[in-house]
Amino acid sequence: MNTDKVISVRNLTKRFGSFTAVDHISFDVDKGEIFGFLGANGAGKTTAMRMLCGLSLPTDGDGQVAGCDIISQSEEIKKRIGYMSQKFSLYSGLTVEENVKLFSTIYGMSSLQIKDSSASLFRDLGMEDMRRAYVKDIPVGWRQKLAFAVATIHKPEVVFLDEPTGGVDPVTRRKFWELIYKASSEGMTVFVTTHYLDEAEYCNRISIMVDGRISALDSPAALKEKYHVSTIDEVFRIVAQTAKRGD
Amino acid sequence: MSPAIDISGVTQRYGTLTALDNVCFQVERGEMFGLIGPDGSGKSTLYRILATLLAPDSGTATVCGLDTVKDYSELRTVIGYMPEKFSLYQDLSVSENLKFFASLFGVSVKENYDIIAPVFAQLERFPNRRAGALSGGMKQKLALSCALIHRPEILLLDEPTTGVDAVSRSEFWDMLSTLREKGITILVSTSYMDEANRCERIALIDKGKILRVNTPDGLVTGLDENLYNASSSSMFELLTKLRQLPEVEDCYTFGATLHVVGRKGFNPVAVRDRLRYEGLSDVEVYPAKGDIEDLFIKLTR
Repeated sequence: MNTDKVISVRNLTKRFGSFTAVDHISFDVDKGEIFGFLGANGAGKTTAMRMLCGLSLPTDGDGQVAGCDIISQSEEIKKRIGYMSQKFSLYSGLTVEENVKLFSTIYGMSSLQIKDSSASLFRDLGMEDMRRAYVKDIPVGWRQKLAFAVATIHKPEVVFLDEPTGGVDPVTRRKFWELIYKASSEGMTVFVTTHYLDEAEYCNRISIMVDGRISALDSPAALKEKYHVSTIDEVFRIVAQTAKRGD
Repeated sequence: MSPAIDISGVTQRYGTLTALDNVCFQVERGEMFGLIGPDGSGKSTLYRILATLLAPDSGTATVCGLDTVKDYSELRTVIGYMPEKFSLYQDLSVSENLKFFASLFGVSVKENYDIIAPVFAQLERFPNRRAGALSGGMKQKLALSCALIHRPEILLLDEPTTGVDAVSRSEFWDMLSTLREKGITILVSTSYMDEANRCERIALIDKGKILRVNTPDGLVTGLDENLYNASSSSMFELLTKLRQLPEVEDCYTFGATLHVVGRKGFNPVAVRDRLRYEGLSDVEVYPAKGDIEDLFIKLTR
Protein backbone atom coordinates (compact mmCIF):
# COMPACT_ATOMS: atom_id res chain seq x y z
CA MET A 1 0.00 0.00 0.00
CA ASN A 2 1.17 3.47 -0.87
CA THR A 3 1.85 5.23 2.43
CA ASP A 4 0.55 8.58 1.12
CA LYS A 5 -2.91 7.05 0.73
CA VAL A 6 -4.85 7.27 3.95
CA ILE A 7 -7.93 5.66 2.44
CA SER A 8 -7.74 3.17 -0.40
CA VAL A 9 -10.67 0.92 -1.39
CA ARG A 10 -11.27 -1.39 -4.33
CA ASN A 11 -14.66 -2.73 -5.47
CA LEU A 12 -16.15 -2.08 -2.07
CA THR A 13 -19.65 -3.61 -2.05
CA LYS A 14 -22.41 -4.06 0.51
CA ARG A 15 -25.58 -6.05 -0.11
CA PHE A 16 -28.56 -6.31 2.18
CA GLY A 17 -30.49 -9.31 0.84
CA SER A 18 -31.18 -8.57 -2.81
CA PHE A 19 -30.48 -4.86 -2.37
CA THR A 20 -27.02 -3.60 -3.29
CA ALA A 21 -26.52 -0.51 -1.14
CA VAL A 22 -22.91 0.04 -2.22
CA ASP A 23 -21.93 -1.32 -5.61
CA HIS A 24 -18.22 -1.88 -6.34
CA ILE A 25 -16.78 1.53 -5.44
CA SER A 26 -13.05 2.22 -5.72
CA PHE A 27 -11.19 5.37 -4.70
CA ASP A 28 -8.14 6.70 -2.84
CA VAL A 29 -7.79 9.64 -0.48
CA ASP A 30 -4.36 11.23 0.09
CA LYS A 31 -2.79 12.33 3.34
CA GLY A 32 -3.90 15.85 4.26
CA GLU A 33 -6.62 15.87 1.64
CA ILE A 34 -10.10 17.31 2.26
CA PHE A 35 -12.37 14.82 0.53
CA GLY A 36 -16.09 15.59 0.07
CA PHE A 37 -18.37 12.56 -0.08
CA LEU A 38 -21.63 13.64 -1.72
CA GLY A 39 -24.77 11.89 -2.88
CA ALA A 40 -28.55 12.03 -2.76
CA ASN A 41 -30.46 10.57 0.21
CA GLY A 42 -30.39 6.80 -0.16
CA ALA A 43 -27.43 6.73 -2.56
CA GLY A 44 -25.35 4.63 -0.16
CA LYS A 45 -23.12 7.24 1.53
CA THR A 46 -23.83 6.16 5.09
CA THR A 47 -23.35 2.46 4.30
CA ALA A 48 -20.03 3.19 2.58
CA MET A 49 -18.86 5.38 5.44
CA ARG A 50 -19.78 2.68 7.99
CA MET A 51 -17.53 0.23 6.15
CA LEU A 52 -14.66 2.74 6.10
CA CYS A 53 -15.02 3.23 9.86
CA GLY A 54 -14.97 -0.49 10.61
CA LEU A 55 -18.60 -0.54 11.73
CA SER A 56 -19.80 -2.82 8.95
CA LEU A 57 -17.99 -5.47 6.92
CA PRO A 58 -18.15 -5.36 3.11
CA THR A 59 -19.90 -8.16 1.21
CA ASP A 60 -17.24 -7.86 -1.45
CA GLY A 61 -14.11 -5.85 -2.22
CA ASP A 62 -11.34 -4.71 0.10
CA GLY A 63 -9.46 -1.69 1.30
CA GLN A 64 -7.28 0.04 3.88
CA VAL A 65 -8.06 2.97 6.14
CA ALA A 66 -5.29 4.60 8.18
CA GLY A 67 -3.03 1.65 7.48
CA CYS A 68 -5.56 -0.97 8.64
CA ASP A 69 -7.32 -3.58 6.57
CA ILE A 70 -11.04 -2.84 6.69
CA ILE A 71 -11.93 -6.53 6.95
CA SER A 72 -9.30 -8.13 9.17
CA GLN A 73 -8.51 -5.05 11.30
CA SER A 74 -11.93 -3.42 11.63
CA GLU A 75 -11.49 -3.02 15.40
CA GLU A 76 -8.04 -1.42 15.10
CA ILE A 77 -9.42 1.15 12.61
CA LYS A 78 -11.66 2.64 15.27
CA LYS A 79 -8.64 3.69 17.32
CA ARG A 80 -6.94 5.34 14.37
CA ILE A 81 -9.78 7.46 13.05
CA GLY A 82 -11.86 10.33 14.39
CA TYR A 83 -15.62 10.53 13.83
CA MET A 84 -18.04 13.39 14.29
CA SER A 85 -21.68 13.65 13.23
CA GLN A 86 -24.17 16.46 13.52
CA LYS A 87 -26.68 14.27 15.32
CA PHE A 88 -24.48 12.78 17.95
CA SER A 89 -21.13 14.10 19.02
CA LEU A 90 -21.11 15.11 22.65
CA TYR A 91 -23.09 14.26 25.76
CA SER A 92 -25.06 17.42 26.54
CA GLY A 93 -25.67 16.41 30.17
CA LEU A 94 -21.94 16.13 30.89
CA THR A 95 -19.59 19.05 31.37
CA VAL A 96 -17.03 20.12 28.78
CA GLU A 97 -14.26 18.51 30.82
CA GLU A 98 -16.18 15.27 31.37
CA ASN A 99 -16.80 14.89 27.64
CA VAL A 100 -13.12 15.30 26.86
CA LYS A 101 -12.18 12.77 29.52
CA LEU A 102 -14.82 10.28 28.40
CA PHE A 103 -13.84 10.32 24.75
CA SER A 104 -10.09 10.24 25.35
CA THR A 105 -10.59 7.22 27.61
CA ILE A 106 -12.64 5.52 24.91
CA TYR A 107 -9.81 6.18 22.45
CA GLY A 108 -7.54 4.33 24.85
CA MET A 109 -5.36 7.23 25.97
CA SER A 110 -3.49 6.97 29.28
CA SER A 111 -4.38 9.34 32.12
CA LEU A 112 -1.10 11.20 31.64
CA GLN A 113 -1.79 11.64 27.92
CA ILE A 114 -5.32 12.77 28.70
CA LYS A 115 -4.07 15.37 31.16
CA ASP A 116 -1.60 16.81 28.64
CA SER A 117 -3.94 16.68 25.66
CA SER A 118 -6.89 18.22 27.44
CA ALA A 119 -4.76 21.04 28.85
CA SER A 120 -3.57 21.99 25.38
CA LEU A 121 -7.05 21.45 23.92
CA PHE A 122 -8.63 23.93 26.34
CA ARG A 123 -5.82 26.41 25.77
CA ASP A 124 -5.99 26.17 21.96
CA LEU A 125 -9.77 26.53 21.94
CA GLY A 126 -9.74 29.32 24.52
CA MET A 127 -12.18 27.31 26.62
CA GLU A 128 -10.34 27.21 29.93
CA ASP A 129 -13.08 29.07 31.80
CA MET A 130 -15.79 26.85 30.31
CA ARG A 131 -14.38 23.55 31.51
CA ARG A 132 -17.05 23.03 34.13
CA ALA A 133 -20.00 24.22 32.03
CA TYR A 134 -22.53 21.69 30.81
CA VAL A 135 -22.31 21.14 27.06
CA LYS A 136 -26.02 21.93 26.70
CA ASP A 137 -25.40 25.41 28.15
CA ILE A 138 -22.62 26.51 25.79
CA PRO A 139 -23.33 28.26 22.44
CA VAL A 140 -23.53 26.15 19.29
CA GLY A 141 -20.29 27.54 17.84
CA TRP A 142 -18.33 26.44 20.90
CA ARG A 143 -20.08 23.10 20.95
CA GLN A 144 -18.97 22.44 17.38
CA LYS A 145 -15.38 23.45 18.01
CA LEU A 146 -15.33 21.20 21.04
CA ALA A 147 -16.90 18.28 19.14
CA PHE A 148 -14.21 18.55 16.47
CA ALA A 149 -11.42 18.83 19.04
CA VAL A 150 -12.77 15.78 20.89
CA ALA A 151 -13.07 13.77 17.67
CA THR A 152 -9.41 14.50 16.94
CA ILE A 153 -7.93 14.47 20.45
CA HIS A 154 -6.07 11.20 19.76
CA LYS A 155 -4.45 12.75 16.65
CA PRO A 156 -6.00 10.35 14.13
CA GLU A 157 -4.69 10.15 10.58
CA VAL A 158 -8.18 10.72 9.24
CA VAL A 159 -11.35 12.25 10.62
CA PHE A 160 -14.82 11.40 9.28
CA LEU A 161 -17.34 14.23 9.47
CA ASP A 162 -20.95 13.28 8.78
CA GLU A 163 -22.95 16.41 7.93
CA PRO A 164 -21.11 18.41 10.57
CA THR A 165 -22.71 21.77 9.80
CA GLY A 166 -26.45 21.08 9.34
CA GLY A 167 -28.66 23.96 10.47
CA VAL A 168 -25.73 25.98 11.71
CA ASP A 169 -25.53 29.73 11.00
CA PRO A 170 -23.17 30.97 8.25
CA VAL A 171 -20.65 32.49 10.66
CA THR A 172 -20.30 29.32 12.76
CA ARG A 173 -20.25 27.18 9.63
CA ARG A 174 -17.27 29.15 8.34
CA LYS A 175 -15.41 28.97 11.63
CA PHE A 176 -15.87 25.23 11.45
CA TRP A 177 -14.35 25.09 7.97
CA GLU A 178 -11.38 27.06 9.28
CA LEU A 179 -10.79 24.26 11.78
CA ILE A 180 -10.88 21.81 8.88
CA TYR A 181 -8.41 23.89 6.84
CA LYS A 182 -6.11 24.09 9.84
CA ALA A 183 -6.26 20.33 10.51
CA SER A 184 -5.63 19.63 6.83
CA SER A 185 -2.68 22.04 6.71
CA GLU A 186 -1.21 20.05 9.62
CA GLY A 187 -1.49 16.81 7.62
CA MET A 188 -4.78 15.37 8.86
CA THR A 189 -7.03 13.81 6.22
CA VAL A 190 -10.64 15.00 6.32
CA PHE A 191 -13.50 12.92 4.90
CA VAL A 192 -16.72 14.94 4.97
CA THR A 193 -20.36 14.58 3.88
CA THR A 194 -22.64 17.60 3.49
CA HIS A 195 -25.94 18.69 1.96
CA TYR A 196 -24.62 22.23 1.53
CA LEU A 197 -23.22 22.07 -1.96
CA ASP A 198 -21.45 25.40 -1.60
CA GLU A 199 -19.37 23.62 1.05
CA ALA A 200 -18.25 21.06 -1.52
CA GLU A 201 -16.13 23.88 -2.95
CA TYR A 202 -13.96 23.79 0.18
CA CYS A 203 -12.84 20.26 -0.65
CA ASN A 204 -9.73 19.34 -2.64
CA ARG A 205 -11.72 16.62 -4.36
CA ILE A 206 -15.31 15.42 -4.20
CA SER A 207 -17.13 12.26 -5.17
CA ILE A 208 -20.82 12.00 -6.00
CA MET A 209 -22.60 8.72 -5.29
CA VAL A 210 -25.61 7.66 -7.34
CA ASP A 211 -27.43 4.35 -6.75
CA GLY A 212 -24.54 2.82 -4.82
CA ARG A 213 -21.84 3.77 -7.32
CA ILE A 214 -19.43 6.68 -7.57
CA SER A 215 -20.62 8.57 -10.66
CA ALA A 216 -18.21 11.48 -10.48
CA LEU A 217 -14.90 12.06 -8.72
CA ASP A 218 -12.56 15.00 -9.22
CA SER A 219 -11.65 18.46 -7.95
CA PRO A 220 -14.61 20.89 -7.82
CA ALA A 221 -13.02 23.02 -10.56
CA ALA A 222 -12.49 20.04 -12.89
CA LEU A 223 -16.06 18.81 -12.37
CA LYS A 224 -17.52 22.23 -13.14
CA GLU A 225 -15.44 22.38 -16.29
CA LYS A 226 -16.41 18.86 -17.33
CA TYR A 227 -20.14 19.60 -17.05
CA HIS A 228 -19.82 23.20 -18.35
CA VAL A 229 -21.49 24.76 -15.31
CA SER A 230 -20.45 27.34 -12.73
CA THR A 231 -21.49 25.71 -9.44
CA ILE A 232 -21.24 22.31 -7.77
CA ASP A 233 -24.98 22.55 -7.18
CA GLU A 234 -25.50 22.26 -10.95
CA VAL A 235 -22.95 19.45 -11.24
CA PHE A 236 -24.79 17.57 -8.51
CA ARG A 237 -28.13 17.98 -10.24
CA ILE A 238 -26.81 16.72 -13.55
CA VAL A 239 -25.09 13.71 -11.98
CA ALA A 240 -27.76 12.81 -9.40
CA GLN A 241 -30.55 13.09 -11.97
CA THR A 242 -29.44 9.80 -13.48
CA ALA A 243 -30.55 7.97 -10.30
CA LYS A 244 -32.98 5.10 -10.84
CA ARG A 245 -33.27 4.15 -7.21
CA GLY A 246 -36.33 5.90 -5.72
CA ASP A 247 -35.93 7.86 -2.52
CA MET B 1 -58.53 42.81 2.76
CA SER B 2 -56.30 42.06 5.74
CA PRO B 3 -52.80 40.75 5.03
CA ALA B 4 -52.31 36.98 5.06
CA ILE B 5 -50.12 37.26 8.14
CA ASP B 6 -49.56 40.31 10.33
CA ILE B 7 -47.06 40.00 13.17
CA SER B 8 -46.76 43.00 15.42
CA GLY B 9 -44.31 43.33 18.32
CA VAL B 10 -44.30 39.63 19.17
CA THR B 11 -42.02 38.70 22.06
CA GLN B 12 -41.66 35.26 23.59
CA ARG B 13 -39.42 34.27 26.49
CA TYR B 14 -38.50 30.87 27.85
CA GLY B 15 -37.07 31.56 31.30
CA THR B 16 -34.13 33.89 30.74
CA LEU B 17 -33.96 33.18 26.99
CA THR B 18 -35.70 35.61 24.65
CA ALA B 19 -36.77 33.36 21.79
CA LEU B 20 -38.54 36.15 19.88
CA ASP B 21 -37.72 39.79 20.42
CA ASN B 22 -40.27 42.33 19.20
CA VAL B 23 -40.85 40.60 15.87
CA CYS B 24 -42.82 42.59 13.26
CA PHE B 25 -43.54 41.75 9.61
CA GLN B 26 -46.40 41.17 7.22
CA VAL B 27 -47.00 38.56 4.55
CA GLU B 28 -49.27 39.56 1.66
CA ARG B 29 -51.99 37.29 0.27
CA GLY B 30 -50.66 34.91 -2.34
CA GLU B 31 -47.03 35.48 -1.42
CA MET B 32 -44.25 32.90 -1.15
CA PHE B 33 -42.48 34.24 1.92
CA GLY B 34 -39.30 32.77 3.38
CA LEU B 35 -38.25 32.91 7.03
CA ILE B 36 -34.54 32.29 6.92
CA GLY B 37 -32.22 31.78 9.85
CA PRO B 38 -30.07 29.18 11.63
CA ASP B 39 -31.22 26.60 14.20
CA GLY B 40 -32.24 28.28 17.43
CA SER B 41 -33.02 31.65 15.84
CA GLY B 42 -36.72 31.48 16.82
CA LYS B 43 -38.33 30.20 13.63
CA SER B 44 -40.23 27.31 15.20
CA THR B 45 -41.45 29.44 18.10
CA LEU B 46 -42.94 31.88 15.61
CA TYR B 47 -44.66 29.00 13.79
CA ARG B 48 -46.11 27.71 17.06
CA ILE B 49 -47.56 31.16 17.74
CA LEU B 50 -49.05 31.43 14.24
CA ALA B 51 -50.48 27.91 14.55
CA THR B 52 -52.16 28.96 17.86
CA LEU B 53 -50.18 26.42 19.87
CA LEU B 54 -48.48 29.11 21.93
CA ALA B 55 -49.71 32.52 23.07
CA PRO B 56 -46.98 35.17 22.88
CA ASP B 57 -45.84 36.95 26.06
CA SER B 58 -46.55 40.25 24.33
CA GLY B 59 -47.51 41.56 20.90
CA THR B 60 -50.14 40.26 18.52
CA ALA B 61 -50.30 38.12 15.42
CA THR B 62 -53.16 37.69 12.98
CA VAL B 63 -53.66 35.23 10.14
CA CYS B 64 -56.24 36.30 7.51
CA GLY B 65 -57.35 38.93 10.01
CA LEU B 66 -57.94 36.35 12.75
CA ASP B 67 -56.14 36.85 16.06
CA THR B 68 -53.97 33.89 17.11
CA VAL B 69 -55.22 34.12 20.71
CA LYS B 70 -58.84 35.35 20.53
CA ASP B 71 -59.86 33.63 17.30
CA TYR B 72 -57.77 30.49 17.62
CA SER B 73 -60.55 28.07 16.79
CA GLU B 74 -61.54 29.68 13.51
CA LEU B 75 -57.92 30.43 12.66
CA ARG B 76 -57.06 26.72 12.72
CA THR B 77 -59.38 26.10 9.78
CA VAL B 78 -57.61 28.57 7.47
CA ILE B 79 -54.07 27.29 8.04
CA GLY B 80 -52.25 24.13 7.03
CA TYR B 81 -49.35 23.61 9.44
CA MET B 82 -46.46 21.26 8.82
CA PRO B 83 -44.14 21.15 11.83
CA GLU B 84 -40.46 20.36 11.46
CA LYS B 85 -40.75 16.98 13.15
CA PHE B 86 -42.72 14.35 11.22
CA SER B 87 -46.01 14.25 13.08
CA LEU B 88 -48.34 11.92 11.23
CA TYR B 89 -49.49 8.61 12.65
CA GLN B 90 -46.71 6.16 11.80
CA ASP B 91 -48.94 3.12 12.35
CA LEU B 92 -51.66 4.34 10.02
CA SER B 93 -51.39 3.83 6.28
CA VAL B 94 -50.94 6.57 3.72
CA SER B 95 -54.66 6.70 2.90
CA GLU B 96 -55.72 6.37 6.56
CA ASN B 97 -53.62 9.38 7.52
CA LEU B 98 -55.10 11.40 4.71
CA LYS B 99 -58.68 10.39 5.59
CA PHE B 100 -58.05 11.14 9.26
CA PHE B 101 -56.91 14.71 8.58
CA ALA B 102 -59.76 15.26 6.10
CA SER B 103 -62.35 14.12 8.64
CA LEU B 104 -60.88 16.38 11.34
CA PHE B 105 -61.77 19.33 9.12
CA GLY B 106 -65.08 17.85 7.94
CA VAL B 107 -64.06 17.50 4.30
CA SER B 108 -63.70 14.47 2.05
CA VAL B 109 -60.50 13.48 0.28
CA LYS B 110 -62.43 13.22 -2.97
CA GLU B 111 -63.80 16.77 -3.02
CA ASN B 112 -60.39 18.32 -2.32
CA TYR B 113 -58.22 15.93 -4.26
CA ASP B 114 -57.37 18.54 -6.91
CA ILE B 115 -55.46 20.62 -4.36
CA ILE B 116 -53.20 17.79 -3.18
CA ALA B 117 -52.82 16.14 -6.59
CA PRO B 118 -49.46 17.73 -7.51
CA VAL B 119 -47.98 16.59 -4.17
CA PHE B 120 -49.77 13.29 -3.68
CA ALA B 121 -49.29 11.86 -7.19
CA GLN B 122 -46.17 9.89 -6.26
CA LEU B 123 -47.88 8.37 -3.20
CA GLU B 124 -50.92 7.08 -5.05
CA ARG B 125 -49.11 3.87 -5.90
CA PHE B 126 -48.95 2.65 -2.28
CA PRO B 127 -52.06 3.76 -0.38
CA ASN B 128 -51.73 0.86 2.10
CA ARG B 129 -48.14 1.39 3.15
CA ARG B 130 -47.67 2.44 6.77
CA ALA B 131 -46.53 6.05 7.07
CA GLY B 132 -43.66 4.92 9.29
CA ALA B 133 -42.29 2.74 6.48
CA LEU B 134 -42.05 5.56 3.92
CA SER B 135 -38.74 7.11 2.87
CA GLY B 136 -37.90 10.61 4.06
CA GLY B 137 -38.97 12.28 0.84
CA MET B 138 -42.28 10.39 0.75
CA LYS B 139 -43.05 11.15 4.40
CA GLN B 140 -42.59 14.80 3.61
CA LYS B 141 -45.00 14.62 0.67
CA LEU B 142 -47.61 12.82 2.77
CA ALA B 143 -47.26 15.38 5.56
CA LEU B 144 -47.73 18.19 3.05
CA SER B 145 -50.79 16.43 1.56
CA CYS B 146 -52.32 16.12 5.04
CA ALA B 147 -51.64 19.81 5.73
CA LEU B 148 -53.38 20.72 2.46
CA ILE B 149 -56.41 18.44 2.41
CA HIS B 150 -58.81 20.98 3.97
CA ARG B 151 -57.87 23.60 1.35
CA PRO B 152 -56.18 26.09 3.70
CA GLU B 153 -55.63 29.69 2.64
CA ILE B 154 -52.20 29.72 4.25
CA LEU B 155 -49.54 27.05 4.43
CA LEU B 156 -47.15 27.22 7.39
CA LEU B 157 -44.13 25.04 6.60
CA ASP B 158 -41.44 24.78 9.26
CA GLU B 159 -38.11 23.64 7.74
CA PRO B 160 -39.59 21.19 5.25
CA THR B 161 -36.26 20.69 3.46
CA THR B 162 -33.91 20.09 6.41
CA GLY B 163 -31.67 17.06 5.87
CA VAL B 164 -33.00 16.57 2.34
CA ASP B 165 -30.56 16.32 -0.57
CA ALA B 166 -30.24 19.10 -3.13
CA VAL B 167 -32.24 17.38 -5.89
CA SER B 168 -35.21 16.50 -3.66
CA ARG B 169 -35.07 19.99 -2.16
CA SER B 170 -35.33 21.52 -5.59
CA GLU B 171 -38.32 19.28 -6.45
CA PHE B 172 -40.01 20.28 -3.21
CA TRP B 173 -39.63 23.96 -4.07
CA ASP B 174 -41.12 23.30 -7.51
CA MET B 175 -44.14 21.75 -5.78
CA LEU B 176 -44.49 24.82 -3.57
CA SER B 177 -44.45 27.05 -6.64
CA THR B 178 -47.34 25.02 -8.11
CA LEU B 179 -49.33 25.46 -4.89
CA ARG B 180 -48.62 29.15 -4.86
CA GLU B 181 -49.98 29.43 -8.39
CA LYS B 182 -53.21 27.95 -7.06
CA GLY B 183 -53.45 31.01 -4.82
CA ILE B 184 -52.19 29.57 -1.52
CA THR B 185 -50.06 31.87 0.62
CA ILE B 186 -46.92 30.12 1.83
CA LEU B 187 -44.74 30.95 4.82
CA VAL B 188 -41.75 28.60 4.65
CA SER B 189 -38.72 28.50 6.91
CA THR B 190 -35.27 27.17 6.12
CA SER B 191 -31.71 27.27 7.35
CA TYR B 192 -30.39 26.82 3.81
CA MET B 193 -29.70 30.37 2.70
CA ASP B 194 -29.43 29.38 -0.97
CA GLU B 195 -33.16 28.64 -0.89
CA ALA B 196 -33.89 32.34 -0.36
CA ASN B 197 -33.95 32.86 -4.10
CA ARG B 198 -37.01 30.61 -4.42
CA CYS B 199 -39.07 33.10 -2.35
CA GLU B 200 -40.65 36.38 -3.37
CA ARG B 201 -39.72 38.05 -0.11
CA ILE B 202 -37.62 36.98 2.85
CA ALA B 203 -37.26 37.82 6.51
CA LEU B 204 -33.78 37.10 7.86
CA ILE B 205 -33.94 36.07 11.51
CA ASP B 206 -31.18 35.57 14.08
CA LYS B 207 -31.35 35.21 17.88
CA GLY B 208 -35.06 36.06 17.90
CA LYS B 209 -34.66 39.31 15.97
CA ILE B 210 -35.71 40.08 12.41
CA LEU B 211 -32.58 41.47 10.73
CA ARG B 212 -34.09 42.43 7.36
CA VAL B 213 -37.22 41.97 5.25
CA ASN B 214 -36.83 42.35 1.49
CA THR B 215 -36.84 40.64 -1.90
CA PRO B 216 -33.84 38.34 -2.60
CA ASP B 217 -32.37 40.93 -5.00
CA GLY B 218 -33.11 43.84 -2.69
CA LEU B 219 -31.29 42.15 0.17
CA VAL B 220 -27.97 41.85 -1.61
CA THR B 221 -28.00 45.25 -3.32
CA GLY B 222 -24.86 47.20 -2.52
CA LEU B 223 -23.04 44.28 -0.88
CA ASP B 224 -20.52 44.01 -3.72
CA GLU B 225 -19.17 47.56 -3.21
CA ASN B 226 -16.27 46.44 -1.05
CA LEU B 227 -16.34 42.67 -1.43
CA TYR B 228 -13.51 40.67 -3.03
CA ASN B 229 -12.54 37.06 -3.72
CA ALA B 230 -9.10 35.85 -2.72
CA SER B 231 -7.66 32.47 -3.60
CA SER B 232 -4.41 30.56 -3.24
CA SER B 233 -3.33 26.96 -2.92
CA SER B 234 -2.57 27.57 0.78
CA MET B 235 -5.97 28.75 1.95
CA PHE B 236 -5.31 28.63 5.68
CA GLU B 237 -2.16 30.71 5.36
CA LEU B 238 -3.93 33.17 3.05
CA LEU B 239 -6.76 33.58 5.56
CA THR B 240 -4.33 34.23 8.41
CA LYS B 241 -2.33 36.79 6.38
CA LEU B 242 -5.35 38.68 5.04
CA ARG B 243 -6.75 39.10 8.54
CA GLN B 244 -3.57 40.89 9.60
CA LEU B 245 -3.88 43.57 6.90
CA PRO B 246 -5.19 46.92 8.20
CA GLU B 247 -7.27 47.53 5.04
CA VAL B 248 -9.17 44.26 5.59
CA GLU B 249 -12.30 44.65 7.68
CA ASP B 250 -13.30 40.98 7.57
CA CYS B 251 -12.20 37.81 5.82
CA TYR B 252 -13.95 34.46 5.81
CA THR B 253 -14.08 31.21 3.86
CA PHE B 254 -16.48 31.08 0.92
CA GLY B 255 -16.21 27.78 -0.90
CA ALA B 256 -13.43 27.80 -3.47
CA THR B 257 -12.30 31.30 -2.46
CA LEU B 258 -12.12 33.54 0.58
CA HIS B 259 -14.37 36.58 0.76
CA VAL B 260 -12.63 39.76 1.81
CA VAL B 261 -14.51 42.83 3.04
CA GLY B 262 -12.28 45.82 2.29
CA ARG B 263 -12.06 49.02 4.26
CA LYS B 264 -11.93 52.40 2.49
CA GLY B 265 -8.83 52.48 0.27
CA PHE B 266 -8.65 48.70 -0.25
CA ASN B 267 -6.75 48.11 -3.46
CA PRO B 268 -7.02 44.53 -4.75
CA VAL B 269 -3.94 44.79 -6.95
CA ALA B 270 -1.79 46.19 -4.13
CA VAL B 271 -3.01 43.51 -1.73
CA ARG B 272 -2.31 40.76 -4.26
CA ASP B 273 1.21 42.04 -4.93
CA ARG B 274 1.99 42.33 -1.27
CA LEU B 275 0.85 38.76 -0.52
CA ARG B 276 2.83 37.47 -3.49
CA TYR B 277 5.88 39.31 -2.19
CA GLU B 278 5.31 37.61 1.18
CA GLY B 279 5.56 34.20 -0.45
CA LEU B 280 2.03 33.26 -1.52
CA SER B 281 3.03 33.22 -5.18
CA ASP B 282 -0.31 32.11 -6.64
CA VAL B 283 -2.61 34.62 -4.88
CA GLU B 284 -5.45 36.18 -6.86
CA VAL B 285 -7.67 39.02 -5.57
CA TYR B 286 -10.68 40.17 -7.60
CA PRO B 287 -14.19 41.60 -7.09
CA ALA B 288 -16.91 39.30 -5.68
CA LYS B 289 -20.68 39.36 -5.89
CA GLY B 290 -22.30 39.16 -2.48
CA ASP B 291 -25.08 36.75 -1.56
CA ILE B 292 -27.42 36.28 1.40
CA GLU B 293 -24.73 34.58 3.46
CA ASP B 294 -22.47 37.62 3.06
CA LEU B 295 -25.34 39.79 4.22
CA PHE B 296 -26.05 37.55 7.20
CA ILE B 297 -22.38 37.65 8.20
CA LYS B 298 -22.31 41.43 7.82
CA LEU B 299 -25.46 41.93 9.89
CA THR B 300 -24.38 39.60 12.69
CA ARG B 301 -20.75 40.72 12.83
